[in-house]
Amino acid sequence: MKQFILLLAFISTASCLSAQDIFFTKTGKIGFDATTSSSPEKIAGTNKSVTCVVDTKKGDIQFSMLMKGFEFERALMQEHFNENYVETGKFPKAEFKGQIANNSQVNYAKDGTYPVKVKGNLTIHGETKTAETDGKLVIAGGKITASADFNVLLSDYKVAIPSLVSDKVAKTAKISVDCLLEPLKKN
Amino acid sequence: MNKFTGCLLLSLLLLGTAPVWAQDTDLLKLVGEDKPKKEYVKYAFKSPRVINGHSMEFLNPGTMDFRILHRFGLVNQGYKNFFGMDQASMRMGFDFGVMKNLMFGFGRSTYKKELDGFIKYAPIRQSTGPHHSPLTVALVAGMTMDGLPWADPTRQNFFTSRLGYYFEMILGRKFSEGLSLQLVPTMVHRNLVDLNADPNNVYALGFGGRIKLSQRIAFTWDYTHVIIGMPDSGYYHPLSVGFDIETGGHVFQLHFSNSTGMNERAFITETTGNWAKGDIRFGFNLSRVFQIKKRKSF
Repeated sequence: MKQFILLLAFISTASCLSAQDIFFTKTGKIGFDATTSSSPEKIAGTNKSVTCVVDTKKGDIQFSMLMKGFEFERALMQEHFNENYVETGKFPKAEFKGQIANNSQVNYAKDGTYPVKVKGNLTIHGETKTAETDGKLVIAGGKITASADFNVLLSDYKVAIPSLVSDKVAKTAKISVDCLLEPLKKN
Repeated sequence: MNKFTGCLLLSLLLLGTAPVWAQDTDLLKLVGEDKPKKEYVKYAFKSPRVINGHSMEFLNPGTMDFRILHRFGLVNQGYKNFFGMDQASMRMGFDFGVMKNLMFGFGRSTYKKELDGFIKYAPIRQSTGPHHSPLTVALVAGMTMDGLPWADPTRQNFFTSRLGYYFEMILGRKFSEGLSLQLVPTMVHRNLVDLNADPNNVYALGFGGRIKLSQRIAFTWDYTHVIIGMPDSGYYHPLSVGFDIETGGHVFQLHFSNSTGMNERAFITETTGNWAKGDIRFGFNLSRVFQIKKRKSF
Protein backbone atom coordinates (compact mmCIF):
# COMPACT_ATOMS: atom_id res chain seq x y z
CA MET A 1 0.00 0.00 0.00
CA LYS A 2 2.78 2.38 0.98
CA GLN A 3 4.49 1.56 -2.27
CA PHE A 4 1.39 2.34 -4.20
CA ILE A 5 0.98 5.74 -2.56
CA LEU A 6 4.59 6.57 -3.18
CA LEU A 7 4.24 5.52 -6.78
CA LEU A 8 1.18 7.72 -7.23
CA ALA A 9 2.95 10.64 -5.63
CA PHE A 10 5.90 10.29 -7.94
CA ILE A 11 3.84 10.00 -11.06
CA SER A 12 1.73 13.03 -10.20
CA THR A 13 4.75 15.22 -9.42
CA ALA A 14 6.47 14.10 -12.60
CA SER A 15 3.49 14.95 -14.79
CA CYS A 16 2.87 18.25 -13.00
CA LEU A 17 6.40 19.33 -13.71
CA SER A 18 6.26 18.58 -17.40
CA ALA A 19 2.78 20.04 -17.86
CA GLN A 20 3.90 23.47 -16.70
CA ASP A 21 6.42 23.67 -19.46
CA ILE A 22 4.12 22.69 -22.25
CA PHE A 23 2.04 25.12 -24.27
CA PHE A 24 -0.27 24.15 -27.07
CA THR A 25 -3.09 25.06 -29.41
CA LYS A 26 -5.36 23.16 -31.76
CA THR A 27 -6.65 26.21 -33.56
CA GLY A 28 -3.44 27.72 -34.88
CA LYS A 29 -3.43 29.45 -38.24
CA ILE A 30 -1.14 28.70 -41.14
CA GLY A 31 -1.44 30.58 -44.39
CA PHE A 32 -0.15 29.54 -47.77
CA ASP A 33 0.38 31.87 -50.74
CA ALA A 34 1.71 30.89 -54.15
CA THR A 35 0.60 33.95 -56.09
CA THR A 36 2.96 35.38 -58.68
CA SER A 37 2.77 38.64 -60.58
CA SER A 38 1.30 36.77 -63.56
CA SER A 39 -1.29 34.82 -61.59
CA PRO A 40 -4.80 35.68 -62.77
CA GLU A 41 -6.10 35.41 -59.23
CA LYS A 42 -4.86 35.12 -55.68
CA ILE A 43 -3.58 31.63 -55.03
CA ALA A 44 -3.79 31.49 -51.28
CA GLY A 45 -5.34 29.33 -48.63
CA THR A 46 -5.62 29.27 -44.85
CA ASN A 47 -5.73 26.42 -42.39
CA LYS A 48 -7.31 27.38 -39.10
CA SER A 49 -7.00 24.11 -37.23
CA VAL A 50 -3.29 23.67 -36.81
CA THR A 51 -2.01 21.84 -33.75
CA CYS A 52 1.13 23.34 -32.26
CA VAL A 53 2.95 22.22 -29.12
CA VAL A 54 5.95 23.87 -27.49
CA ASP A 55 8.04 22.45 -24.69
CA THR A 56 9.45 25.64 -23.21
CA LYS A 57 11.97 23.82 -21.04
CA LYS A 58 13.66 21.95 -23.83
CA GLY A 59 12.80 24.30 -26.64
CA ASP A 60 11.04 21.66 -28.71
CA ILE A 61 8.39 22.90 -31.09
CA GLN A 62 6.06 20.77 -33.21
CA PHE A 63 3.28 21.50 -35.66
CA SER A 64 0.76 19.20 -37.24
CA MET A 65 -2.19 19.82 -39.53
CA LEU A 66 -4.51 18.15 -41.95
CA MET A 67 -3.79 19.42 -45.43
CA LYS A 68 -7.48 19.05 -46.25
CA GLY A 69 -8.10 21.87 -43.78
CA PHE A 70 -6.81 24.54 -46.16
CA GLU A 71 -9.63 26.74 -47.35
CA PHE A 72 -9.51 28.83 -50.49
CA GLU A 73 -11.59 31.68 -51.79
CA ARG A 74 -12.43 29.64 -54.89
CA ALA A 75 -13.86 26.17 -54.48
CA LEU A 76 -12.20 24.97 -57.68
CA MET A 77 -8.79 26.10 -56.43
CA GLN A 78 -9.38 24.15 -53.23
CA GLU A 79 -10.28 21.09 -55.30
CA HIS A 80 -7.12 21.41 -57.38
CA PHE A 81 -5.00 21.93 -54.26
CA ASN A 82 -6.39 18.73 -52.73
CA GLU A 83 -6.62 16.61 -55.84
CA ASN A 84 -3.73 17.62 -58.05
CA TYR A 85 -1.07 19.45 -56.12
CA VAL A 86 -0.61 18.17 -52.55
CA GLU A 87 -2.74 15.02 -53.00
CA THR A 88 -4.39 15.13 -49.62
CA GLY A 89 -6.01 11.75 -50.14
CA LYS A 90 -2.59 10.11 -50.24
CA PHE A 91 -0.77 12.47 -47.87
CA PRO A 92 -3.30 13.82 -45.41
CA LYS A 93 -0.92 15.34 -42.85
CA ALA A 94 1.84 17.92 -42.79
CA GLU A 95 4.17 18.08 -39.81
CA PHE A 96 7.04 20.06 -38.48
CA LYS A 97 9.25 18.82 -35.66
CA GLY A 98 12.02 21.06 -34.52
CA GLN A 99 13.82 23.00 -31.85
CA ILE A 100 14.07 26.63 -30.88
CA ALA A 101 17.81 27.09 -31.31
CA ASN A 102 18.07 30.05 -28.97
CA ASN A 103 15.57 28.81 -26.38
CA SER A 104 17.79 29.90 -23.50
CA GLN A 105 17.36 33.53 -24.55
CA VAL A 106 13.60 33.35 -24.13
CA ASN A 107 12.30 34.14 -20.66
CA TYR A 108 8.92 32.45 -20.66
CA ALA A 109 8.14 33.90 -17.24
CA LYS A 110 8.44 37.49 -18.44
CA ASP A 111 6.12 39.21 -20.87
CA GLY A 112 7.79 40.44 -24.00
CA THR A 113 8.70 39.78 -27.61
CA TYR A 114 11.51 37.37 -28.29
CA PRO A 115 13.01 36.69 -31.70
CA VAL A 116 13.70 32.99 -32.17
CA LYS A 117 15.45 30.72 -34.63
CA VAL A 118 13.66 27.49 -35.36
CA LYS A 119 15.24 24.47 -37.04
CA GLY A 120 13.74 21.13 -37.75
CA ASN A 121 12.18 18.68 -40.16
CA LEU A 122 9.21 19.70 -42.27
CA THR A 123 7.06 16.99 -43.84
CA ILE A 124 4.68 17.95 -46.65
CA HIS A 125 3.30 15.72 -49.40
CA GLY A 126 5.13 12.73 -47.88
CA GLU A 127 8.55 14.41 -48.25
CA THR A 128 10.67 15.39 -45.28
CA LYS A 129 13.22 18.18 -45.56
CA THR A 130 15.11 20.22 -43.02
CA ALA A 131 13.73 23.71 -42.62
CA GLU A 132 14.96 26.74 -40.78
CA THR A 133 13.31 30.07 -40.12
CA ASP A 134 13.32 33.16 -37.99
CA GLY A 135 10.18 33.78 -36.02
CA LYS A 136 9.08 35.43 -32.88
CA LEU A 137 7.45 34.48 -29.64
CA VAL A 138 5.28 37.05 -27.89
CA ILE A 139 4.68 36.20 -24.27
CA ALA A 140 1.78 37.94 -22.61
CA GLY A 141 -0.39 36.98 -19.69
CA GLY A 142 0.84 33.40 -19.48
CA LYS A 143 0.17 32.73 -23.15
CA ILE A 144 2.56 32.53 -26.08
CA THR A 145 1.93 33.79 -29.59
CA ALA A 146 4.23 32.07 -32.06
CA SER A 147 4.55 33.59 -35.51
CA ALA A 148 6.87 33.13 -38.45
CA ASP A 149 7.03 33.68 -42.19
CA PHE A 150 9.11 31.52 -44.45
CA ASN A 151 9.29 30.16 -47.98
CA VAL A 152 8.96 26.61 -49.14
CA LEU A 153 10.27 25.51 -52.51
CA LEU A 154 7.44 23.37 -53.88
CA SER A 155 9.75 21.14 -55.90
CA ASP A 156 11.55 20.16 -52.66
CA TYR A 157 8.35 18.46 -51.62
CA LYS A 158 7.64 16.97 -55.05
CA VAL A 159 4.59 19.17 -55.61
CA ALA A 160 4.44 19.23 -59.40
CA ILE A 161 3.20 22.28 -61.28
CA PRO A 162 2.08 21.43 -64.81
CA SER A 163 3.92 23.34 -67.52
CA LEU A 164 0.64 24.88 -68.70
CA VAL A 165 0.32 26.95 -65.54
CA SER A 166 3.99 27.06 -64.53
CA ASP A 167 4.15 30.85 -64.83
CA LYS A 168 0.89 31.34 -62.94
CA VAL A 169 1.78 29.40 -59.80
CA ALA A 170 4.79 30.47 -57.77
CA LYS A 171 7.60 27.96 -57.40
CA THR A 172 8.01 28.91 -53.78
CA ALA A 173 5.05 29.23 -51.48
CA LYS A 174 5.04 31.78 -48.72
CA ILE A 175 4.01 30.17 -45.46
CA SER A 176 2.85 32.28 -42.55
CA VAL A 177 2.36 30.88 -39.07
CA ASP A 178 0.25 32.44 -36.36
CA CYS A 179 -0.51 30.36 -33.25
CA LEU A 180 -1.74 31.41 -29.84
CA LEU A 181 -0.52 28.82 -27.35
CA GLU A 182 -1.97 28.17 -23.94
CA PRO A 183 -0.50 26.16 -21.09
CA LEU A 184 -1.40 22.49 -21.24
CA LYS A 185 -3.45 21.37 -18.26
CA LYS A 186 -3.10 17.72 -17.52
CA ASN A 187 -6.57 16.27 -17.14
CA MET B 1 12.64 -2.34 6.77
CA ASN B 2 12.45 -4.55 3.81
CA LYS B 3 9.37 -2.75 2.62
CA PHE B 4 11.09 0.57 3.01
CA THR B 5 14.02 -0.39 0.82
CA GLY B 6 11.54 -1.67 -1.71
CA CYS B 7 9.87 1.72 -1.77
CA LEU B 8 13.15 3.50 -2.05
CA LEU B 9 14.26 1.33 -4.91
CA LEU B 10 10.98 1.81 -6.69
CA SER B 11 11.09 5.57 -6.30
CA LEU B 12 14.68 5.73 -7.47
CA LEU B 13 13.70 3.66 -10.44
CA LEU B 14 10.82 6.00 -11.21
CA LEU B 15 13.01 9.07 -10.84
CA GLY B 16 15.51 7.52 -13.17
CA THR B 17 13.02 6.57 -15.85
CA ALA B 18 10.84 9.67 -15.83
CA PRO B 19 13.23 11.91 -17.80
CA VAL B 20 13.84 9.16 -20.34
CA TRP B 21 10.13 8.82 -20.85
CA ALA B 22 9.82 12.58 -21.38
CA GLN B 23 12.58 12.70 -23.96
CA ASP B 24 10.99 10.11 -26.15
CA THR B 25 7.62 11.78 -26.12
CA ASP B 26 6.10 13.03 -29.26
CA LEU B 27 4.86 16.42 -28.12
CA LEU B 28 1.89 16.22 -30.45
CA LYS B 29 0.69 13.11 -28.64
CA LEU B 30 0.63 14.99 -25.34
CA VAL B 31 -2.28 17.11 -26.45
CA GLY B 32 -4.22 14.04 -27.46
CA GLU B 33 -5.18 12.75 -30.84
CA ASP B 34 -8.03 14.55 -32.47
CA LYS B 35 -11.28 12.68 -32.22
CA PRO B 36 -12.13 11.17 -35.60
CA LYS B 37 -14.60 13.46 -37.30
CA LYS B 38 -17.19 12.62 -39.88
CA GLU B 39 -15.70 13.53 -43.21
CA TYR B 40 -17.47 13.49 -46.52
CA VAL B 41 -15.73 11.77 -49.39
CA LYS B 42 -15.21 14.25 -52.20
CA TYR B 43 -14.07 14.28 -55.79
CA ALA B 44 -15.49 10.91 -56.82
CA PHE B 45 -15.93 12.33 -60.32
CA LYS B 46 -14.35 15.37 -61.93
CA SER B 47 -17.72 16.78 -62.79
CA PRO B 48 -21.37 16.41 -61.74
CA ARG B 49 -21.93 14.39 -64.93
CA VAL B 50 -20.28 11.09 -65.80
CA ILE B 51 -20.71 11.66 -69.54
CA ASN B 52 -24.40 11.97 -70.32
CA GLY B 53 -25.89 11.01 -66.99
CA HIS B 54 -25.64 12.65 -63.60
CA SER B 55 -22.81 11.56 -61.33
CA MET B 56 -22.75 11.27 -57.55
CA GLU B 57 -20.66 14.44 -57.44
CA PHE B 58 -22.09 17.87 -56.66
CA LEU B 59 -21.02 21.37 -57.54
CA ASN B 60 -19.62 23.39 -54.68
CA PRO B 61 -22.05 25.91 -53.21
CA GLY B 62 -21.84 29.27 -54.90
CA THR B 63 -20.43 27.97 -58.16
CA MET B 64 -21.89 27.76 -61.62
CA ASP B 65 -20.92 25.14 -64.14
CA PHE B 66 -21.26 26.35 -67.73
CA ARG B 67 -21.44 23.29 -69.92
CA ILE B 68 -21.17 23.12 -73.69
CA LEU B 69 -21.87 19.68 -75.07
CA HIS B 70 -21.35 18.53 -78.65
CA ARG B 71 -22.26 15.29 -80.37
CA PHE B 72 -21.08 14.89 -83.91
CA GLY B 73 -22.43 12.71 -86.69
CA LEU B 74 -21.92 9.00 -87.14
CA VAL B 75 -18.29 7.99 -87.35
CA ASN B 76 -19.07 5.11 -89.73
CA GLN B 77 -20.25 7.48 -92.45
CA GLY B 78 -16.63 7.85 -93.36
CA TYR B 79 -14.87 10.62 -95.15
CA LYS B 80 -17.90 12.03 -96.99
CA ASN B 81 -19.08 13.45 -93.65
CA PHE B 82 -15.54 13.66 -92.28
CA PHE B 83 -16.34 10.88 -89.81
CA GLY B 84 -19.32 12.79 -88.51
CA MET B 85 -17.51 16.04 -87.86
CA ASP B 86 -19.60 17.84 -90.50
CA GLN B 87 -22.70 17.58 -88.36
CA ALA B 88 -23.05 18.58 -84.77
CA SER B 89 -25.79 18.59 -82.22
CA MET B 90 -25.29 20.57 -79.09
CA ARG B 91 -26.59 21.37 -75.65
CA MET B 92 -25.74 24.43 -73.65
CA GLY B 93 -26.31 24.17 -69.92
CA PHE B 94 -26.01 26.13 -66.73
CA ASP B 95 -25.78 24.21 -63.46
CA PHE B 96 -25.68 25.87 -60.07
CA GLY B 97 -24.40 24.58 -56.74
CA VAL B 98 -26.67 25.70 -53.90
CA MET B 99 -25.53 23.57 -50.98
CA LYS B 100 -22.94 20.85 -50.67
CA ASN B 101 -25.65 18.33 -51.44
CA LEU B 102 -28.09 20.37 -53.50
CA MET B 103 -27.81 21.67 -57.04
CA PHE B 104 -30.02 22.52 -59.95
CA GLY B 105 -29.52 23.29 -63.60
CA PHE B 106 -31.10 23.81 -66.95
CA GLY B 107 -30.09 23.55 -70.55
CA ARG B 108 -31.25 23.59 -74.09
CA SER B 109 -30.42 21.13 -76.81
CA THR B 110 -30.57 21.62 -80.55
CA TYR B 111 -31.95 18.07 -80.78
CA LYS B 112 -35.77 18.55 -80.77
CA LYS B 113 -35.13 22.13 -79.59
CA GLU B 114 -35.59 20.69 -76.16
CA LEU B 115 -35.35 22.57 -72.88
CA ASP B 116 -34.51 20.61 -69.75
CA GLY B 117 -34.10 21.32 -66.09
CA PHE B 118 -33.36 19.31 -62.98
CA ILE B 119 -32.92 19.39 -59.23
CA LYS B 120 -30.43 17.05 -57.60
CA TYR B 121 -30.27 16.42 -53.88
CA ALA B 122 -28.26 13.94 -51.81
CA PRO B 123 -29.87 12.94 -48.51
CA ILE B 124 -26.89 10.66 -47.82
CA ARG B 125 -23.31 11.30 -48.81
CA GLN B 126 -20.42 8.89 -48.64
CA SER B 127 -18.35 9.65 -45.57
CA THR B 128 -15.74 8.32 -43.17
CA GLY B 129 -15.50 8.56 -39.39
CA PRO B 130 -18.35 8.18 -36.92
CA HIS B 131 -21.80 7.51 -38.44
CA HIS B 132 -20.16 7.05 -41.80
CA SER B 133 -21.94 5.98 -44.94
CA PRO B 134 -20.34 3.74 -47.55
CA LEU B 135 -22.54 5.19 -50.29
CA THR B 136 -23.79 8.42 -51.68
CA VAL B 137 -27.51 8.36 -52.34
CA ALA B 138 -28.58 11.21 -54.59
CA LEU B 139 -32.01 11.87 -56.02
CA VAL B 140 -32.59 13.66 -59.28
CA ALA B 141 -35.87 14.96 -60.62
CA GLY B 142 -35.89 16.51 -64.05
CA MET B 143 -38.23 17.78 -66.69
CA THR B 144 -37.91 18.20 -70.43
CA MET B 145 -39.87 20.29 -72.90
CA ASP B 146 -39.89 19.56 -76.60
CA GLY B 147 -39.70 22.77 -78.66
CA LEU B 148 -40.44 21.48 -82.14
CA PRO B 149 -43.51 22.65 -84.07
CA TRP B 150 -46.45 20.26 -83.66
CA ALA B 151 -46.12 17.22 -85.86
CA ASP B 152 -49.82 17.39 -86.69
CA PRO B 153 -51.16 20.96 -86.26
CA THR B 154 -54.66 19.96 -87.40
CA ARG B 155 -55.45 17.94 -84.33
CA GLN B 156 -55.98 19.40 -80.88
CA ASN B 157 -52.52 19.75 -79.32
CA PHE B 158 -51.89 20.25 -75.62
CA PHE B 159 -48.90 22.04 -74.13
CA THR B 160 -48.45 19.15 -71.71
CA SER B 161 -47.76 16.86 -74.66
CA ARG B 162 -44.37 18.54 -74.95
CA LEU B 163 -43.33 17.52 -71.49
CA GLY B 164 -41.34 14.62 -70.20
CA TYR B 165 -40.07 13.80 -66.74
CA TYR B 166 -37.29 11.74 -65.27
CA PHE B 167 -36.48 10.52 -61.80
CA GLU B 168 -33.21 8.95 -60.76
CA MET B 169 -31.61 7.56 -57.67
CA ILE B 170 -27.84 7.59 -57.83
CA LEU B 171 -26.14 5.02 -55.62
CA GLY B 172 -22.46 5.82 -55.86
CA ARG B 173 -19.26 4.98 -54.10
CA LYS B 174 -15.70 6.17 -54.45
CA PHE B 175 -13.88 2.93 -53.78
CA SER B 176 -10.42 4.46 -53.91
CA GLU B 177 -8.63 7.47 -55.31
CA GLY B 178 -8.63 5.68 -58.63
CA LEU B 179 -12.03 4.00 -58.82
CA SER B 180 -15.57 5.32 -58.48
CA LEU B 181 -18.70 3.41 -59.47
CA GLN B 182 -22.39 4.16 -59.46
CA LEU B 183 -25.72 2.47 -60.11
CA VAL B 184 -28.58 4.63 -61.25
CA PRO B 185 -32.13 3.27 -61.25
CA THR B 186 -34.06 5.62 -63.52
CA MET B 187 -37.62 6.21 -64.58
CA VAL B 188 -38.54 8.34 -67.57
CA HIS B 189 -42.11 9.41 -68.24
CA ARG B 190 -43.18 10.93 -71.51
CA ASN B 191 -46.58 12.59 -71.73
CA LEU B 192 -46.83 11.92 -75.44
CA VAL B 193 -45.16 9.14 -77.37
CA ASP B 194 -44.83 8.61 -81.11
CA LEU B 195 -46.67 5.34 -81.47
CA ASN B 196 -49.56 3.62 -79.77
CA ALA B 197 -47.25 0.75 -78.92
CA ASP B 198 -44.67 2.93 -77.22
CA PRO B 199 -45.00 2.95 -73.45
CA ASN B 200 -45.16 6.27 -71.63
CA ASN B 201 -43.04 4.98 -68.78
CA VAL B 202 -39.55 3.67 -69.35
CA TYR B 203 -37.54 2.04 -66.59
CA ALA B 204 -33.79 1.77 -66.82
CA LEU B 205 -30.68 1.04 -64.80
CA GLY B 206 -27.57 3.12 -65.31
CA PHE B 207 -24.06 1.94 -64.58
CA GLY B 208 -21.34 4.55 -64.63
CA GLY B 209 -17.80 4.73 -63.45
CA ARG B 210 -14.45 6.37 -63.47
CA ILE B 211 -10.93 5.00 -63.42
CA LYS B 212 -8.36 7.65 -62.77
CA LEU B 213 -5.36 7.25 -65.06
CA SER B 214 -3.35 10.19 -63.76
CA GLN B 215 -3.97 13.26 -61.66
CA ARG B 216 -5.66 15.03 -64.54
CA ILE B 217 -6.90 12.26 -66.83
CA ALA B 218 -9.56 9.68 -66.12
CA PHE B 219 -11.31 6.97 -68.11
CA THR B 220 -15.08 7.10 -67.76
CA TRP B 221 -18.05 5.14 -68.97
CA ASP B 222 -21.75 5.62 -68.76
CA TYR B 223 -24.14 2.83 -69.72
CA THR B 224 -27.90 2.75 -69.26
CA HIS B 225 -29.76 -0.49 -69.67
CA VAL B 226 -33.39 0.04 -70.53
CA ILE B 227 -35.26 -2.67 -68.62
CA ILE B 228 -38.91 -1.94 -69.37
CA GLY B 229 -40.14 0.09 -72.30
CA MET B 230 -37.55 -0.64 -74.94
CA PRO B 231 -39.21 -0.61 -78.39
CA ASP B 232 -38.87 -3.84 -80.35
CA SER B 233 -36.56 -2.45 -82.98
CA GLY B 234 -34.56 0.57 -83.93
CA TYR B 235 -33.56 1.58 -80.42
CA TYR B 236 -30.53 0.64 -78.36
CA HIS B 237 -29.18 0.94 -74.84
CA PRO B 238 -27.04 4.08 -74.60
CA LEU B 239 -23.35 3.51 -73.96
CA SER B 240 -20.71 6.20 -73.82
CA VAL B 241 -17.03 5.75 -73.07
CA GLY B 242 -14.45 8.46 -72.89
CA PHE B 243 -11.83 10.42 -71.07
CA ASP B 244 -12.04 13.29 -68.65
CA ILE B 245 -9.19 15.70 -69.13
CA GLU B 246 -8.69 18.46 -66.65
CA THR B 247 -6.77 21.55 -67.72
CA GLY B 248 -6.79 23.97 -64.84
CA GLY B 249 -10.05 25.83 -65.26
CA HIS B 250 -11.80 23.44 -67.65
CA VAL B 251 -12.82 19.84 -67.67
CA PHE B 252 -12.97 18.31 -71.14
CA GLN B 253 -14.91 15.11 -71.49
CA LEU B 254 -14.05 13.49 -74.81
CA HIS B 255 -15.98 10.38 -75.66
CA PHE B 256 -17.66 8.04 -78.11
CA SER B 257 -21.35 7.40 -77.73
CA ASN B 258 -24.21 5.82 -79.62
CA SER B 259 -26.69 8.47 -78.53
CA THR B 260 -27.32 11.98 -79.83
CA GLY B 261 -29.57 13.21 -77.07
CA MET B 262 -28.00 15.02 -74.19
CA ASN B 263 -30.79 14.98 -71.64
CA GLU B 264 -32.13 11.94 -69.84
CA ARG B 265 -35.33 11.66 -71.83
CA ALA B 266 -33.49 11.87 -75.11
CA PHE B 267 -30.58 9.55 -74.49
CA ILE B 268 -32.46 6.92 -72.55
CA THR B 269 -35.49 6.60 -74.80
CA GLU B 270 -34.20 7.76 -78.18
CA THR B 271 -30.80 6.23 -78.77
CA THR B 272 -30.77 4.89 -82.30
CA GLY B 273 -27.13 4.02 -82.77
CA ASN B 274 -25.91 0.44 -82.64
CA TRP B 275 -22.40 0.03 -81.27
CA ALA B 276 -22.06 -3.34 -83.00
CA LYS B 277 -22.55 -1.67 -86.38
CA GLY B 278 -20.27 1.21 -85.57
CA ASP B 279 -23.11 3.73 -85.29
CA ILE B 280 -21.13 5.80 -82.87
CA ARG B 281 -20.48 9.47 -82.57
CA PHE B 282 -17.61 11.44 -81.27
CA GLY B 283 -18.60 14.01 -78.69
CA PHE B 284 -17.22 16.29 -76.10
CA ASN B 285 -18.45 18.09 -73.04
CA LEU B 286 -16.73 21.24 -71.98
CA SER B 287 -17.27 22.24 -68.40
CA ARG B 288 -16.13 25.52 -66.93
CA VAL B 289 -16.85 26.24 -63.29
CA PHE B 290 -17.22 29.84 -62.17
CA GLN B 291 -17.26 31.06 -58.61
CA ILE B 292 -20.33 33.29 -58.68
CA LYS B 293 -20.79 33.78 -54.97
CA LYS B 294 -17.74 34.92 -53.03
CA ARG B 295 -16.84 32.70 -50.16
CA LYS B 296 -16.19 34.38 -46.84
CA SER B 297 -12.80 36.05 -47.00
CA PHE B 298 -9.73 34.33 -45.68
